[in-house]
Amino acid sequence: MNIHDYLRIQSRRNFFRTCAGGIETIALANLLAGDGRAADSTASATNPLAPKAPHFAPKAKNVIFLFMEGAPSQMDLFDPKPALQKYHGQSLPPSMTKDLRLAFIKPSAAVLASPRIFKPHGQSGIEFSDFIPNIASCADDICLVRGMVTDAFNHHPGQLLLFTGSQQFGRPTLGAWVLYGLGSESQNLPGFVVLSSGVGTSGGASNFAPGFLPSAYGGVMFRGGPEPILYLSNPEGVTAQQQRAELDVLRDLNQERLKKTGDVEIASRIASYELGFRMQSAAPDLIDFSKESAATLDMYGVNQEPTRPFATNCLLARRMVERGVRFVMLMHASWDQHTYLNRELKKNCAITDQPTAALIRDLKQRGLLDSTLVVWGGEFGRTPMVENRVTSDPENAGRDHHPFGYSIFMAGGGIKGGTVVGKTDDLGFNVVEDKVHVHDLQATILNRLGFDHTKLSYRYMGRDFRLTDVEGNVVQKMLA
Amino acid sequence: MLLRVAIFSAWCIACAAQDFTKDVKPIFEKRCFGCHGPTQQMSGLRLDSADVAQRAASKVLDRVTSTQKGFFMPPMGPRLSDSEIAKIQQWVTASAGPVTAARSTHWAFQPVVKPPRPLVSQREWVRTPIDRFVLARLEKEKIAPSPEADRYTLIRRLSLDLTGLPPTPKEIAEFVADKRPDAYERVVDRLLISPHYGEKWARAWLDLAHYADSDGYEKDNSRPWAWRYRNWVIEALNRDEPFDQFTIEQLAGDLLEKPSVEQRVATGFLRNTLTNREAGVDRIEARFEQIVNRTNTVATTWLGLTVGCAQCHNHKFDPISQQEYYKMFAFFDHAEEEDIDAPLPGEQAPPPEYQAKRDQILEQYWVRELMGPWERRLREAHNNPGLNLEWDFQATEFRAAVDHALHLLSDDPAKRSRREWDRMIGWFVGHIGPDYAKDKRTAGQMREAREKLDALFAALPPYTQAPAMRDDPTIPPTNLRLGGDYKTLGEAVSPGTLAVLPPLEAGANASRLDFARWLVSRDHPLTARVAVNRIWQEFFGRGLVRTSEDFGTQGEKPTHPELLDWLASEFVENGWSMKKIEKMIVMSAAYRQSSNSRPDLEASDPENALIARQARLRLPAELIRDQALVASGLLNSVIGGRGIRPPQPKGVAELSYANSVKWRESTGADRYRRGLYIHYQRTAPYPQLANFDEPDSNVACARRRRSNTPLQALNLLNDPVFYETAQALAKRIEAEGGDNPLAYAYRLTVGRDPSPSERARIEQFRSKGGTWVGVARVLLNLDELITRE
Repeated sequence: MNIHDYLRIQSRRNFFRTCAGGIETIALANLLAGDGRAADSTASATNPLAPKAPHFAPKAKNVIFLFMEGAPSQMDLFDPKPALQKYHGQSLPPSMTKDLRLAFIKPSAAVLASPRIFKPHGQSGIEFSDFIPNIASCADDICLVRGMVTDAFNHHPGQLLLFTGSQQFGRPTLGAWVLYGLGSESQNLPGFVVLSSGVGTSGGASNFAPGFLPSAYGGVMFRGGPEPILYLSNPEGVTAQQQRAELDVLRDLNQERLKKTGDVEIASRIASYELGFRMQSAAPDLIDFSKESAATLDMYGVNQEPTRPFATNCLLARRMVERGVRFVMLMHASWDQHTYLNRELKKNCAITDQPTAALIRDLKQRGLLDSTLVVWGGEFGRTPMVENRVTSDPENAGRDHHPFGYSIFMAGGGIKGGTVVGKTDDLGFNVVEDKVHVHDLQATILNRLGFDHTKLSYRYMGRDFRLTDVEGNVVQKMLA
Repeated sequence: MLLRVAIFSAWCIACAAQDFTKDVKPIFEKRCFGCHGPTQQMSGLRLDSADVAQRAASKVLDRVTSTQKGFFMPPMGPRLSDSEIAKIQQWVTASAGPVTAARSTHWAFQPVVKPPRPLVSQREWVRTPIDRFVLARLEKEKIAPSPEADRYTLIRRLSLDLTGLPPTPKEIAEFVADKRPDAYERVVDRLLISPHYGEKWARAWLDLAHYADSDGYEKDNSRPWAWRYRNWVIEALNRDEPFDQFTIEQLAGDLLEKPSVEQRVATGFLRNTLTNREAGVDRIEARFEQIVNRTNTVATTWLGLTVGCAQCHNHKFDPISQQEYYKMFAFFDHAEEEDIDAPLPGEQAPPPEYQAKRDQILEQYWVRELMGPWERRLREAHNNPGLNLEWDFQATEFRAAVDHALHLLSDDPAKRSRREWDRMIGWFVGHIGPDYAKDKRTAGQMREAREKLDALFAALPPYTQAPAMRDDPTIPPTNLRLGGDYKTLGEAVSPGTLAVLPPLEAGANASRLDFARWLVSRDHPLTARVAVNRIWQEFFGRGLVRTSEDFGTQGEKPTHPELLDWLASEFVENGWSMKKIEKMIVMSAAYRQSSNSRPDLEASDPENALIARQARLRLPAELIRDQALVASGLLNSVIGGRGIRPPQPKGVAELSYANSVKWRESTGADRYRRGLYIHYQRTAPYPQLANFDEPDSNVACARRRRSNTPLQALNLLNDPVFYETAQALAKRIEAEGGDNPLAYAYRLTVGRDPSPSERARIEQFRSKGGTWVGVARVLLNLDELITRE
C-alpha cells in the first residue's frame, strides 16, 4: 500500500466517522470490500457521492418530490367536505376556533364551501376533485394522506420544516440527507437535481441546500433551456476539441503538482474536472427528447400549453431516474390562493395534473415505479373559511393558510397504493384519525429508502442532528 | 414544535426515570392515563413511559399548573395537589438536563493563565515564542518540523493570508532577490499596512456577523445601506482597532458617551439578522426570532458557545440553563433597530430647499389631510380586527412591510420624528387603502404625488444611511419563554450571563454596554481564546481548537492548550491588537514551513494537528474571483462602498420568490471589483460564491468548508466572467511577456516559474494550435491557483 492508498482510505474513514451508527458499519464494510479491488480508482475513493448501502433492504432507490409550493387547497382537491355546504357563509362554532391564530383571516371568518365535484376512482374508490381527473385515474397507485399536520403557518418556515425538519435555518434538506445516506448512482450527472417550472418559491435555495452537510450533497438547480446546469456550455468560441485539449493540459499540470506536494485534494480536483466534462455531454443528452415517442410526449403534454414547462420537468425527472439520479425535486409555484381560488386553482391543475399522472404511469410501465418514490405536496393546507380581500367581488374569494389538517399523496417505492391515511373532521379543520406530522412523513420516506430515521445522523456543533429532529414515527399504514 | 427537549443524554433519561417510576408515574396513572395512557392517547400524548412522557414534560407542567379554563389538566375532578405538582416539577427539572453548576471543570471556562515558554532542544529552529510550543510538542512525539517553504511560496502565502491578493511579479522578484536578513519581515510589515488587509480580514468577520445585502425570507428585499457597516469593518481592521474596542462598538457603540456616527454605525453588526416581511407574520414573533438570532450570534462570535439549545430547554451538555439564555437575550431585547444618517466624507445633508419642495408637494396634493382619515381606519383595523376584511388586510400588510409598524400604529403621531413621518407618508402614497382607491381621481392624484416625491428624492445627491441599534427603555422586562415559544411567557429575568463565567459587575441593572465590556474584561476565559483561535485558523486552515464555533464540552479540545493560552494572554497584554498577534504568527517558523504532505506523518497525523507542516488551503470563494481579476489585470481595487452585481446567467435571480429580486448588472469598472463587494442576495446568492462554499449568511459562521465539486470546475472553466479574465490575461501575456511570455504568465498566476516539464507540456499544447487564451484558461483553472500553499 503506498502513501496515496493510505491517505485515500484515511480520508474515507474520516468521512464515514462523521456518520452515525449503522451507516458507519455498512460503509466500513463497503470500504474494506472496495479496497481489495485494484480497479478502485482515486477518483471514486475520494468521492463523497459514491453509492452507499442504507441500514436495511430498501423498497425505493430514488425519490421524485413534486413540491407544490404555496399550499394547495386540500378541500378543493383531495378531501371532500360536503358539510361545508351547510355552514357556507357562517362562522365556525367558537369551540373549534378558540385560541386560533391564522396568518391573515380572523377565526370568525365565514365558511367557504367547495364548488368542486368529488367522485370515487379506481378499485379503491378514493374520491378526488374534478380539477384533477388524471391524478384521480392513478387512484389505485396512490396513497392519499388526508391527515397531514405541520407546526408552521407561514410559507418559509413551513417549507423549512417540510424539507429540513426544523423551522430554524441551516439544517440539511431532505434531498441532501438522502444523498448523504445513499450516494449517487450517476457517473455523469449530479445526485440531487432541482427543477423549477419558472416561478420562484418562498424558501428558495434553502429548500434544497446541504445545510451543514458537505456541499457535495446540496441540490443542483437545473435550468430551463439548452443549458440545464449553470456554466455547462463552453464559453462562446471554444470548441469541444479545444475544451478537451485544454483539460488534458490542465490534468497533466495538476498531476505534476500532485506529485510535488503529495496533496490528494488535487486528485479530487482532477476528478471534479473530469466529471464536469462528462456532465457537459451527459446533460445535453438528458434534455434531448428526440428519442421519446410521440405517445410519451403527448401523455406528458410536453408539446402543448399550459402543460409544457411542468411536463418537460416530469419527463426529465423520469429520464434522470433512469440515469441514476438519486433525488429529483420539482417545484411548482404558487398554490397560495388567498384570492381567486377557483380561477387560480383551475389554472394550476391544468398545468400539473396531466404531467403528474403521466409521470406515475410512465414510471409504472417502465417498471421504475416500484423503486421510485413519488411524493406530491406542499408545506401546509388551506382553511375551510374564506379569505376575501375585495369584498365586493365574490370571485375574489380564497382560503388562508391552514396547518392543522391537509393532504399530500405518495406513489410507488414501497408505498401502499389505493389507500387513504388519516381523516379530518366534517369541516376539514382538524385531523381526527391517523394524524401524520411532517416529521412522520419524513421518517416514512427515509424508511422506504432503507433508513432508520433516528440513526441517519450527522454530528455538527457537538450534536447529532437528524432530519426528523427529535420526533417522527414511520406511518405503517402507508407501507406496502 | 414546543417539544424540543432533546433525547440524546442516556444519563439524564436514566436519572429522570428513577423519579418517574417512583414519584410521577403513580400520579399520571391515577389522573391522566384515562386519556393519555396505554389504551388511549388523546392529542397523541402518552404518559406511561418515562422517555416518551419526558418529551412532553414541560408542556404537561404548564397544563397542570394553569388556571385557564379549557387549558388546565386534568379537565375533570379536583386539581392536582401542590405536592403532586411539586413532584412533577422536580421530575421536569431533572429531565430537562444537568442542573447548571456554578463551577465547571471544563477547560474553556477556566481562567487563562499565561504558561511559561517550554524548553526545546532544536533552539535554532525557533523564531518566535510560538515555535517553542509547536516544537515542544513535535519533539515529544519525535517528529521533525518541515523545512521552510521557498521564497516564491512564502510571499504568495503572506500576500494571500494578509490581503487576499497575490503578489505582483515585481514584488516577487524583489523579495526573491532581497538578501537583507529582514527581507521577510519587510514584506510582512508592508502587507499589514496595506489597505487591502482590511478587505481580506473583513470577510471572516462578516461571516460571523452573517452579513448580507437583503432581508432574507420570501420577500428578501434589498438592504440598500447594509454596506455602510461593511465599510466600518474594513476601516476598523485597517486601523487595527483593538479587539476590545472593536467588540464594544459593535455591540453597544450607541451607548458610549456621545457616540460618534462611526460608533453607531458599528452596531450594524446586530442588524444582519433576517427580517421576515411575509405579510402573515406576527411582528412580535418576528422580533423574538431576531433577538434569538442576535443572542446566538453573539455567543458564537465571542463566547464560542452554541447557546441556541437553551432557547427551549436547559442545555444538555454545557452549563447553560434556559434562564441564563434569557438573561443574555434580555440585553438585546431592550434594543431597537434604528436607521441613522451616516454620511461619507464630502456628502451633504439634503438642503432646506428639498424639504420645502417636499412640503409643497404634500400641500399641493393634500397628502397630510388625506392621510389623517386613512390612518384612523388603519389604526381601527389594527386595534379591532374583524370589522372590515379589506382594512384588516391593509393593516396586516402595513405591519409586515413597514419598519417599526407597531410603534407607528400605537404611538401618538404628535411625537413622531421626521424620519417616522417620512416613513408613514412614503407608505401612504403607495398604499392609499380601499376607500380612496375606489375614487379614481384621488387615486390618480396620489399616484402623481408619489411620482413627484420619488423624483424629488432621486435628484438628491447621495446621503448615506446606516442600519444601527438604539436602546429602548420603554420595553418591558424580559420573560423566559417556555419551550422557546415566544407566546409562552415564563418567569421574568433580569439581564445577566452564564453562572460559570465571571460575574457582571453591574449586576441586574447591567446594560448592553456593560455586557460588551464584560466580554472583553481581562479575566474573561473565553473571548480572547476564541478570537485568537480564529486568527490561527486563518493562517493554518484549522484552529488550535478545531471546532472554532464550539468551545463547549461537545467541541474538540485544543491540540496545543498552552499555546492557545499563551496567545490569548499575549493578545490581551498587547492591548488586543489583532495585527500584533498576526505578525507574531506569520513571523514564526511554524508558519513558514512547507505545506507539502509528509509521507512519514500520513499515518500518525493525517490532519496535521501537530503542525509539522503548513497546510494547502483552497481559497475562499471571493478570493478565487480576486485571483483571476488580478492575474488578468482587470481588477478595480477601489476599497469600500456599495455592492456590485457582476454578470450572472439569466434565471438565477429569477429563482427568488415571485421574481422579486432584480439583478441589475454593474457596468464599467464596477464589474471588476473584489468578490467581497458582490451583492449578497440571501435567497438567490451569486452562483460563483455559492459554488465555492460562501456560507448562507442566515446564522453566524465561524469556519467555512472547502468543498471540491464538478460545479466548481464548470464555473471556473465556462463562466463568461472567468472566460473574460482568461482573454484579458492572454492579451497581457502577449503584450507584456517579452521574450519569455510563459514565465511571465506563471508569475502573474501562481507566482513562480514553470518547471521544465510544465513548460514542455504547454509548448506541446501551443505547437498543436493551442492559443494563449487556452493557456490562460489552463493557468486560471490550476488547482494551485485557487490554493494557498
